[in-house]
Amino acid sequence: MSLELSESLQKTVDALTESFSKKILDVYQSSGRTFVLVDLNSIIEISTFLKENQHFTYLADVFGIDRYTSDDRFEVVYNLISLKNGDRLFVKVRCEEENPEVDSVTSVWQSAGWNEREVYDMFGIKFNNHPDLRRIFMPEDFEYFPLRKEFPLLGIPGSIDLPNSTPDTE
Amino acid sequence: MKLTDIQSKVDSKFFKEHQKKLYQSLEDKHTTIEELDDGDPLTSKMVLNMGPQHPATHGVLRLVLQLNGESIEKTKLDIGYLHRGVEKIAENKTYQEFMPYTDRMDYLSPYSNNVALCQAVEKLSNVEVPERAHYIRMIGAELARISSHLLWLGTMVMDAGAVSFFIWTFKEREKIYDIMDRLAGHRFTVSHARIGGVANDITDEAMGAIKEFVDTFPNELKDYHKLLDRNRIFFDRNEAVGVLKTEDALRYGATGPVLRASGFGMDIRKFEPYARYNEVEFDIPTRLEGDNLARYYVRMEEMSESIRIIKQCLDKLPKGPVRTDNAKQAYPSKDEVYYSMEGMIHDFMMTDTGICPPEGAEAYTAVESPKGELGYYIQSDGTGHPWRLKIRAPSFVNLQVLENVIDGEMVADTVVIIGGIDPVLGEADK
Repeated sequence: MSLELSESLQKTVDALTESFSKKILDVYQSSGRTFVLVDLNSIIEISTFLKENQHFTYLADVFGIDRYTSDDRFEVVYNLISLKNGDRLFVKVRCEEENPEVDSVTSVWQSAGWNEREVYDMFGIKFNNHPDLRRIFMPEDFEYFPLRKEFPLLGIPGSIDLPNSTPDTE
Repeated sequence: MKLTDIQSKVDSKFFKEHQKKLYQSLEDKHTTIEELDDGDPLTSKMVLNMGPQHPATHGVLRLVLQLNGESIEKTKLDIGYLHRGVEKIAENKTYQEFMPYTDRMDYLSPYSNNVALCQAVEKLSNVEVPERAHYIRMIGAELARISSHLLWLGTMVMDAGAVSFFIWTFKEREKIYDIMDRLAGHRFTVSHARIGGVANDITDEAMGAIKEFVDTFPNELKDYHKLLDRNRIFFDRNEAVGVLKTEDALRYGATGPVLRASGFGMDIRKFEPYARYNEVEFDIPTRLEGDNLARYYVRMEEMSESIRIIKQCLDKLPKGPVRTDNAKQAYPSKDEVYYSMEGMIHDFMMTDTGICPPEGAEAYTAVESPKGELGYYIQSDGTGHPWRLKIRAPSFVNLQVLENVIDGEMVADTVVIIGGIDPVLGEADK
């Protein structure tokens, strides 16, 4: 499938495929957005390259997707903005269901900190070398990962220890 | 102070593991700072818990501050007290059914949220939106921006010590509520946008109210400026407080007015124009100082820009339908539903299954909500429910900025800085 890219984005994609030919697994477009699927182990390398050489200095978002497949079940998506060229690029990595681990990009974009905590909280994907990897919305005492597809919509009764609603009867 | 001291003194009753890790993380932040010996009471430090139930935190935000005398050494934020799991709920609703939930995300500007969701779904399934609907959406979204900024203005000035100001801004907000009531049928959680257009056309009554508001509001804005622009107390409380440099703002991922007050004129309305923002003229107010006063000026100027946009929209408002006429993509009009069999069937179909975007399609669209870049990422699996819907909430990223900005400030300034960042916890906590 041919891609319809803006001039600057075309340059970025060309530079990426040239420098990391083996590590770029797929480049595709959907609804006018460009997605690049990259190798799990080279995310730091590619992020640094995108930030230093291709002006993608602003990280807008990091989020997870549960694909619910037997291989490469989880996907982490990085939403990058090039403030110089006005481009937006989505970089994706995929990881396994057992022990999902991704290298944290906080060393490249500091703003990834809370977003990665959110992905950890919702999907249970661990980020290596994250400075403060704690749950962000749910309390630490909670054992499940709510946005995984097997988690029931109604929640799991008794999974959160709630404070006493009548404080006097402690 | 050592961690063990805090642990023994706090004795938390519930979420024990959570509290333990939170205090540990506070302890670990900036570990390069040398610990003072806490034998001497004059050098002892204090850990102050502020919120979640605190009127000045604008919602259920909890801050854990480590103080040294009156200055803050380091801070950790604890959010999630308003977490309702809307992204999980979205996966079990049709696209249109999810709209009322977006109203309750950033509950100060429901209109922008509705528009953001609709645009993402329209992009995902290639729905054409009529010209008139675009302009109505712009009018609604800009009114929502004014309404949100008015609440920010009232509460921020109240945080700085002037309580009566709050009442004056609420007088104007009340007018916007009345307009929304006439435009959408609801005062607060409007749900007015529909996939493929808007729910109903602007009535004459609503049109009159909007025109009157556009004419009278600039004078009110002038009065606000008169009260605050040369106000000694207001300046002393806000100038050089909570300073965020441009490079730090980009590094921490600040967005919206917070980023623009730090000297970077990023606005989604110009960056990736949506609706018909490329057909109206407006400026992006930007300041270089990056302090709370700069944020005040940026938001005040944004309100006058919004008025400018609304005026142009009213002039340009084209005639025509307000919702796309395709029964597979949008709700049929009520006339059709009440008086024809097909219309009723289509209405049932839309309510039951709704719009089904192509399988595997992914879309991301963003709008400039009053707080910053509000983005919706949707991945479809070909059914009427999204496979994954992710909301990029501007308040969430701005709160991360807050965690870094507040270090080194005075305790008394915390409420003013929170007011200047203007987070909405409904959105940050999802």
